[in-house]
Amino acid sequence: MPDTLKILLLIFAMAGITYLIRMIPTVFLRKKIKSTYLKSLLYYIPYAVLSAMTFPAIFYATGDTLSAVIGTAVALIVAVFRLSLIIVALLACAAVFIVIII
Amino acid sequence: MVETMNTLTFKMGLKNGLPIALGYLSVSFAFGVKASLLGIPVWFSALISMTNLTSAGQLAGITVIAALGTISEMLLTQLVINSRYFLMGISLSQKYDESFTTGKRLFLSAFITDEIFAVAISERGNINARYFLGLALLPYIGWAAGTIFGAIAGNILPQSVQSALGIALYAMFIAIIVPPATKKISVLFVVMLAAAISCAFFYIPFLRETISAGFGVVICAVIAALVAAWLFPIKEKETENA
Repeated sequence: MPDTLKILLLIFAMAGITYLIRMIPTVFLRKKIKSTYLKSLLYYIPYAVLSAMTFPAIFYATGDTLSAVIGTAVALIVAVFRLSLIIVALLACAAVFIVIII
Repeated sequence: MVETMNTLTFKMGLKNGLPIALGYLSVSFAFGVKASLLGIPVWFSALISMTNLTSAGQLAGITVIAALGTISEMLLTQLVINSRYFLMGISLSQKYDESFTTGKRLFLSAFITDEIFAVAISERGNINARYFLGLALLPYIGWAAGTIFGAIAGNILPQSVQSALGIALYAMFIAIIVPPATKKISVLFVVMLAAAISCAFFYIPFLRETISAGFGVVICAVIAALVAAWLFPIKEKETENA
């Protein structure tokens, strides 16, 4: 299985770069970032990443578009009420499950 | 330098880490299910969680793996998605006391996550290595265990339940981005812009054919964050909550 080797290489690449990102500043940098623009960029990136990963992938996450769209709507609505992550996830899953079995 | 709080113990770290661990169990369970739906074997998923300890990065990572993407695609994807840890590492290095030798810094930096960072940075004064280790231990175990449970469950649950669980991780991402987006116009802006560009990459045939899924996320996130940082530069304090 040549794919197994390739996957292992990808996993080690992923782990290695992720470790370096965390390790370098704690070991080598002891100064604060001064640039407002750079700090702003680093502040916004997590939100941008999560949003780009979620849309439009979420519409195809369940196998059929209707249940996925309803699950997405439920997640968006209940998330506004600041419920915990797991509650939002369970309600979205429940909505998808109900649509699928109907 | 702020004086070290000698009161911070390994045990207090464990106690503060417990709620994080419980949260991680559910998030990593969803990750395990998602990985199994993409056809990734259980022990690969476990290996990924035990060597990465990051939700968004791992989801992007298994997307690249499932598509058998290139190493450079993987590196660039992780670099952008996990870049926030760089900032957290800088902040944390200011909080570390003298118990953080270079060896301990090398080891403990592997456990910097959004939640562990948030708890560690909220302690008054400096933190020591024993406390940080205690703080990281249970979340690490919870992350690995949840992944294995999810990956196994994803293989044995009925199709309808698997499909329903397929949305779990994305729903959690929504639960992370929606509350700040309703409070701050700048976060709402960056979220909407990133989603719009991401949809354009997916639905416009020419773009979809030229940009792979992993790079797509990177390009969307960087463009949206660059524009947001330019339009809405933020003040000192706010970055701490990232």
